[in-house]
Amino acid sequence: MSPLLLADLTVFTLGLLVGFEVISKVPATLHTPLMSGANAVHGVVLVGVMLLAATISTPAGYALLAVAAFFAAMNVAGGYVVTDRMLAMFRSRGRS
Amino acid sequence: MSAFDTVVHLVYLACASAFVVGLHLMNAPATARRGNQVSAAGMGLAILTTVAVLVEGGRINAYAAWALGLGTAAGAVAGLVAARVVRMTAMPQLVSLFNAVGGGAAALIALGEHPASTAAEVTGVLDVLIGALTFSGSLIASGKLAGRVPGRPIVVPRGRLISFGLAVVAAVLAVLVIGFDGGAPALWGAAATALAAGVLLTLPIGGADMPVVISLLNACTGTAVAMAGFVLQSTPLIIAGALVGAAGAILTKLMADAMNRPIGAIIAGDYGTGDAVAVAAASGSAPVREITADDAAIQLAYAGRVVIVPGYGLAAAQAQHEAVALAQALTERGVEVTYAIHPVAGRMPGHMNVLLAEANAPYEQLADLEESNPGFPRTDVALVVGANDVTNPAARRPGNPVSGMPILDVDRARSVIVIKRSLGHGYAGIDNELYAEPRTAMLFADAKAGLGALLAGLSTYAK
Repeated sequence: MSPLLLADLTVFTLGLLVGFEVISKVPATLHTPLMSGANAVHGVVLVGVMLLAATISTPAGYALLAVAAFFAAMNVAGGYVVTDRMLAMFRSRGRS
Repeated sequence: MSAFDTVVHLVYLACASAFVVGLHLMNAPATARRGNQVSAAGMGLAILTTVAVLVEGGRINAYAAWALGLGTAAGAVAGLVAARVVRMTAMPQLVSLFNAVGGGAAALIALGEHPASTAAEVTGVLDVLIGALTFSGSLIASGKLAGRVPGRPIVVPRGRLISFGLAVVAAVLAVLVIGFDGGAPALWGAAATALAAGVLLTLPIGGADMPVVISLLNACTGTAVAMAGFVLQSTPLIIAGALVGAAGAILTKLMADAMNRPIGAIIAGDYGTGDAVAVAAASGSAPVREITADDAAIQLAYAGRVVIVPGYGLAAAQAQHEAVALAQALTERGVEVTYAIHPVAGRMPGHMNVLLAEANAPYEQLADLEESNPGFPRTDVALVVGANDVTNPAARRPGNPVSGMPILDVDRARSVIVIKRSLGHGYAGIDNELYAEPRTAMLFADAKAGLGALLAGLSTYAK
């Protein structure tokens, strides 16, 4: 195994553990926004699509790239906006 | 490593930290919105940084830049419009759709990248398989939730045999890619196999199991994105993917526990009857007591403590505003009102909470299973609106389809009023023993109409 792969594996494992630790404390009330917010976080796949773009130089590749960019951008933009819309509705008894 | 690379790395690290902090702030309703904004800021920074990387590298050609730019712009507009116009009752299908496209994008990354090492080939195959399966599976789940694909379990003849066959084909193609440099054709073959498997696995799953399924698919997308991160050697993708994978896994387990059904059995599907179960006046074996809306309204008006138990019927009838209006009217009379929410009420984790929040219910009044159950013996009236199996006392006895499922102890309240269209069965397909209890009264109505009638009765008879 290359040192780079080992480093990536370390990051992945620690990421999983941090995820378990942080998310197991979220109350049931917020489970839908949590899922939607986590959904938006995996919209970071757009960064991956952008990095991929630098390696592409065939017509079929451009088509694939455009579709991937469409998917990823929809995921990230829609995910954050819809989560924000939901969370804006959670109000305390005090103010309304 | 150049100075530019170092800065990029550090900025990506800051972005990943923003994701973690953002999710951490989702621990409490008061800070959750800020958490999402922190996470979004991190995302914006990550995207801008990547633009800088592309410009600095100068290797992207004009056509690729146009494909990327146009695809991104169109996708962002589509996502924004969908997010703006969606009704809260339709949230599960939209979240599922966003999950599908995320998985699809992750799979396309591995399909477009030429793997540089064996490790990249292994993670690339995993990315394609998981991403493509999530893409088609989430699309079917979204279609089921939206009612475009029938919500009841669809049994595919010899489905399990076909699934097994697909798994074998996928394994062979994976070996071809990794061991024999099978390249693009084998990888595309694997993608096609996984797409078929995603459809086949999701079709037999019924409506009420959806909270588990969309949680699981969410975990899969996270994993696929992390695998894409391995292929591209991109740390932000790996960290974000791992976080989402963990979130999905936790929710999957919570949901499966709340139904007392093993995850494997849910994936195997073919259980229950789905949503469309309005079988008019079933069995008729046990006599039930009927109540008029006016009598029920008077009973509620003079109660000291009322617990409202919402279920999918409330979401289906879009009756959240009526429920909250009734609760507010009762609160103004001095009645103590809370909502008891079962973890799997609705079609995604926390679905009821979002609907009630939309209707302005203060979140302090929303109580989960553990918080609610000790309060039922002190409750004068439990008002069940569109919930069924999660209130069935038969779950406490062994030997029936709901045995062992954690339920809301509605039957321990001093009296129970159930708003329901008919005596039809719930998802589990069995009679609800709660309805035959002497202290239970049935108000036969659609959730929206029934709650409206209660509200009208309250203003007429109890001033």
